[in-house]
Amino acid sequence: MLCDNCGSDEAAIHLTQIVDNEMRTLHLCDSCAAAKGVEGSSVPENFPLADFLAQMGGESSPTRGSGGGPTAPCGFCGLTFKEFRESGRVGCPHCWSAFEPQLRALLRRIHGGTHHVGKVYLSPDPSVSEREKRLEGLRKKLHRAVELEDFERAAELRDQIRALEPSSA
Amino acid sequence: MDEPMPLLDLGLNWLDASGEHSGIVLSTRIRLARNLQGHAFGPRARVNDRAAILERVRGAVSRVPHLAGSQVQELGELDRRGVTLLLERRLVSPDLLGEQGSKPLPGSAVVMGGDRGMSVMVNEEDHLRIQTLHSGLDLHESWNQVDALDEEMGRELPYAYHHEFGFLTSCPTNVGTGLRASVLLHLPALVLTKEIGKVLQGLSQVGLTFRGLYGEGSEVVGNFFQLSNQTTLGKSEEDLVDHLDRMVRQVIQYELHARQVLMRDAASVTEDKIWRAYGLLRYARSLSFEELMNLMSGVRLGASLKLLPGLRVYPLNKIMIFTQPAHLEEAAGRDLSPAEGDAHRAAYVRRILSTEGAVTPDEEGPVSPPSDPSG
Repeated sequence: MLCDNCGSDEAAIHLTQIVDNEMRTLHLCDSCAAAKGVEGSSVPENFPLADFLAQMGGESSPTRGSGGGPTAPCGFCGLTFKEFRESGRVGCPHCWSAFEPQLRALLRRIHGGTHHVGKVYLSPDPSVSEREKRLEGLRKKLHRAVELEDFERAAELRDQIRALEPSSA
Repeated sequence: MDEPMPLLDLGLNWLDASGEHSGIVLSTRIRLARNLQGHAFGPRARVNDRAAILERVRGAVSRVPHLAGSQVQELGELDRRGVTLLLERRLVSPDLLGEQGSKPLPGSAVVMGGDRGMSVMVNEEDHLRIQTLHSGLDLHESWNQVDALDEEMGRELPYAYHHEFGFLTSCPTNVGTGLRASVLLHLPALVLTKEIGKVLQGLSQVGLTFRGLYGEGSEVVGNFFQLSNQTTLGKSEEDLVDHLDRMVRQVIQYELHARQVLMRDAASVTEDKIWRAYGLLRYARSLSFEELMNLMSGVRLGASLKLLPGLRVYPLNKIMIFTQPAHLEEAAGRDLSPAEGDAHRAAYVRRILSTEGAVTPDEEGPVSPPSDPSG
């Protein structure tokens, strides 16, 4: 079979790809495959993210940052918003606060929401307010479990709550 | 070689095909992305950040029950072949290795040999990638296991966590639960009956993403598909895992149905394809990895459909691992040119099939009688 690209040489490489949710097979000769850089033509992992970031770039308004100027870089690692947009990666935990409004909008597009509803983390040295937050989360889960009549889960959650609550009379 | 590589025993617990639906589902993998407070991550992490993270992880590992008996392997201490072996075992990702052609960055490490195949990558895109790999379809048990390890590690190491966004990660596509659950599926019948496009389209509409088996790209090899959740935020971990489980079970039904269709409408053509594939694998003197994977797809289907009596899935899983380039070089004890590699690969396959995957002439399946003498 002849190469799909140049139509003259014998196809040696048969590349099956998923493009736009469809499977397509490309038949390429050695030189066309090399020219296309078949080895490295893989779709980057953050491909869907690149889409979202490009959208963000189009409508990023400087007024979103504080004081009407461009968004200030992260105070901890120095990452600028421009660098974030180009790489699709933040630099440190503090970036999440530094670019909170833009990240929130991005999360809404990527995940359809911004609130974590999974397991709540309590750091090894929790402050009182952190313990309270975790308790609040657990109480909400308990309420939901009872509503859904998942009494086994409710019992588990009740135990976790008891373990966390400050021991009082 | 100076000393035997202990890592040759690692990362193989999924091979035994003991899991559910292991004819269609090769393996289940769950990974959690976590970062520590107070340090930059991924590309912004400097040398001393990475060193500090690794030191803290070393300390934590000794106190975490689920990682008892595990070893912390810094990638920089391995030679090129050692690093590639880990990659081929899927214990480390290409990202952890860093730029192609350069050595891995200092501080890049993997904790391996933990309880039941759990491992932790250190200083990849995120500080920690906690992962587990099981045979067959095993999402709920995998989640319970990785959750337990995460709880233990979270008690020893202060994770970066946000009251609204959840577990903080380098990439916004991972934030929240930090959970990526994937299942590796073999779907030859859906491909042969040309139903695969519809199925994949349907899956992407319900928040699942898929890619080919090897590499980051979209290339599909050997009719293997890796199916994962796309969303990590706004749903609980249990919901994400439940959803993927339900969808995978549906896909399994579609594949089983497509296999029935194949055997109903094209039995002799299918059997012929399968036996030809087996014949090539059994006797060829030179096999490229791509050709091997394509032939394996047919033989795997044959084993699953019981058309190749005596052949189990376990030797086929072994072949998939041990015919990769660095594995062949490790067995040969030296570097191999591409042509030598192809020859060694074919030799390994012949050896495995003749000892563990033999289908003797007496055991060849019943010949499907033609419906009329003209065939």
